[in-house]
Amino acid sequence: MKQSVFLGTLAATALIAGGALAQGTSTLDTVKARGELNCGVNTGLVGFAAPDANGNWQGFDVAICKAVAAAVLGDASKVVYIPTTSSDRFEQLTSGKIDLLSRNTTWTFSRDTDLRIDFVGVNYYDGQGFMVRKDLGVSSAKELNGATICIQTGTTTELNLADYFKANNMAYTAVPIETNAEGEQQYLAGACDAYTTDASGLAATRAAFADPENHIILPEIVSKEPLGPSVRHGDNAWGDIVRWTLNALIAAEEYGITSTNIDELETSSQNPEVQRLLGTSGELGKMIGLEPNWAMNAIKAGGNYGEIFAATIGESTPIGLARGLNAQWTQGGLLYAPPFR
Amino acid sequence: MKATSDPFVRREMLAPAAPPITEAGAVKWMRENLFSSPLNVILTVLGIGAVVYLVSHIAPWMLRGVWNAGSLSECRQIIEARYGEGVTGACWALIRERWPQYLFGFYPSELYWRPVLAFVLMLVAIAPVLFDALPRKMLWFALVYPALGFWLLWGGSVWVPVMALAGFGVGYVAAKVVQPLAGTILASIAAVLAPVLWWLFAAGPVAAALESLIPIALQEVRSREFGGFILAFTIGFTGIAFSLPLGVLLALGRQSDMFIVNKLSVGFIEFIRGVPLITLLFTASLLLNYFLPPGTDFDIILRVIIMVVLFAAAYIAEVVRGGLAALPRGQYEAADALGLDYFKAQRLIIMPQALKISIPGIVSTFIGLFKDTTLVVFVGLLDPLKGITDAVRASTDWKGVYWEPYIFVGAIFFIICFSMSRYSMYLENKLKTDHR
Repeated sequence: MKQSVFLGTLAATALIAGGALAQGTSTLDTVKARGELNCGVNTGLVGFAAPDANGNWQGFDVAICKAVAAAVLGDASKVVYIPTTSSDRFEQLTSGKIDLLSRNTTWTFSRDTDLRIDFVGVNYYDGQGFMVRKDLGVSSAKELNGATICIQTGTTTELNLADYFKANNMAYTAVPIETNAEGEQQYLAGACDAYTTDASGLAATRAAFADPENHIILPEIVSKEPLGPSVRHGDNAWGDIVRWTLNALIAAEEYGITSTNIDELETSSQNPEVQRLLGTSGELGKMIGLEPNWAMNAIKAGGNYGEIFAATIGESTPIGLARGLNAQWTQGGLLYAPPFR
Repeated sequence: MKATSDPFVRREMLAPAAPPITEAGAVKWMRENLFSSPLNVILTVLGIGAVVYLVSHIAPWMLRGVWNAGSLSECRQIIEARYGEGVTGACWALIRERWPQYLFGFYPSELYWRPVLAFVLMLVAIAPVLFDALPRKMLWFALVYPALGFWLLWGGSVWVPVMALAGFGVGYVAAKVVQPLAGTILASIAAVLAPVLWWLFAAGPVAAALESLIPIALQEVRSREFGGFILAFTIGFTGIAFSLPLGVLLALGRQSDMFIVNKLSVGFIEFIRGVPLITLLFTASLLLNYFLPPGTDFDIILRVIIMVVLFAAAYIAEVVRGGLAALPRGQYEAADALGLDYFKAQRLIIMPQALKISIPGIVSTFIGLFKDTTLVVFVGLLDPLKGITDAVRASTDWKGVYWEPYIFVGAIFFIICFSMSRYSMYLENKLKTDHR
């Protein structure tokens, strides 16, 4: 996803102040005192974060904000959505403007270490792909030698593209673009043979075309893009809360807890792990400074991971993403929540 | 043969012939204006060709537009059903559905009347400034309006803006009290110092006390709920209103003989003009956070407005300086000869002429400022052009729409900027006193 190297350095220069700030006050106390969670989201990404006509934010990343607010404050609506751009998102986090960044951000080494933010997990395993017009007669990314490719500048996708073509000893001409919308337009206007971005973005883009059947997404995925929520480095207690809220959503799907049966399970479930998760036994909530029913609130906010996925980006939505890597580990995916005990 | 000696005398006038077809009416006009020379012929043909080409490509697309639909795919279906397979058209339904969002951003919908009222009152407030035929008493309303507009837009207790306004009264009283005791200079210092002290220390508690006595408050609306044109208007018009006086002061400072004043003005103007507006906006939104104590909530729109005002003021200062430089030296000397002091000379003789000369420059700075309000998208505010548009496009219904929002927002910007430009021409004509 997007990465602005320049602004990243800016953030790094300012991290001392940010770090001091993070250590000075506990984010949990700040959020509780404020009564609202400041959540950094995308200014608009189909399926992941978008306001509807009434200004209510919805989407896959937004659901994480809601779940965390529900876990911490007991009310999923107590979120202030702060739209962040790809260039200012890390500064917003390190400077304390937002408590949580849930904005389709790729977990990379340098971001985790150098930018002094902490990724708490992965809520979507993405990867970079290519889309071409069908009449180009290409069926594999390996055949793209000499192609012109539309690519967003200053992003990890740009670096991945260079790596991939170099590794396969191919040449390409990059057509730099600024935003996804512009990329679609350039691609449709024939300014480039192929359009590359994250596979989820390609699927959403293709679905919005007037003639989706004339475009194909090539099978190759050329990079790993684990997207996840992140918090400020240095406040581990807060990081734990966000991490385990995400894990609770994933575990809930694994144990079959849904927003519809959760009240019933709370009283009837004999599964000790479900009981601990829902706070009917054990003291998990207390260990992270929250109410016993924190995970229940989080799950009730928008359902478990699978429900959120299905409602925002799943196969029944216009975006139509399959679970793929984002299925539970029991279903051949990568989602694997550590045990709740 | 004897020649008749009758002189030739015409007895009836010939009916006047119609002028040659090439010398009258539309043909003459076209010959003179469109086809007067080979080069002109070529340019005319090329120009008409370009216009026809553009219109023939764009107009059908716009006219095929659909106004009633719930999503882009629905738009496409309607257009295909109407005009056949493969025909494209505009999907104006997006504008129709998201119209409130374009105007008000995330402003609570039950409070839409407040920005609308603020906008109407703003027109009332600027009318006496723009047109001198209106009664001068209306200017008092223009002075009160900033506080009123602030209250309507952001809400909260009425006493906060009232107490902010009261600061000016405090300054006036302080000057009146000090003047007989300690002279003019100390009085002017008191006139500046007293309001500052008032705003810093007294205004808040007094407003709180009054609020608890007589609670009059509107529901509070936070800055991050602003977006779309309400944001552009708030920033643009506040910027315009405050940058002009500040710019004039800076221009005078730059002309001043006083060393410190002069160098400070020059330094400020050159610094601001040497830095892109984006840099200032980033400074306002990000860098300041590191310097302010944690937890300080310094309103983001206020910060942006301050930066925009400073930015525009530096440009206005240079434009006004151009006007000052264009005045003949005799005007300054004449003012001195009349025995006017500095401020009277500026107010009565220099500034009216200098500003008149600078009108086109000032107005184009204002137009630029208004359009620059869209840059706030880079600090996470939802400007109408890109912020709201990106948010709208991110909904699954409208993904894939590209030109329609740009055309719509562009059209609104055009209307506003074009009116500013026409007003400037009207003003220039009205103030024209020379006999060129």
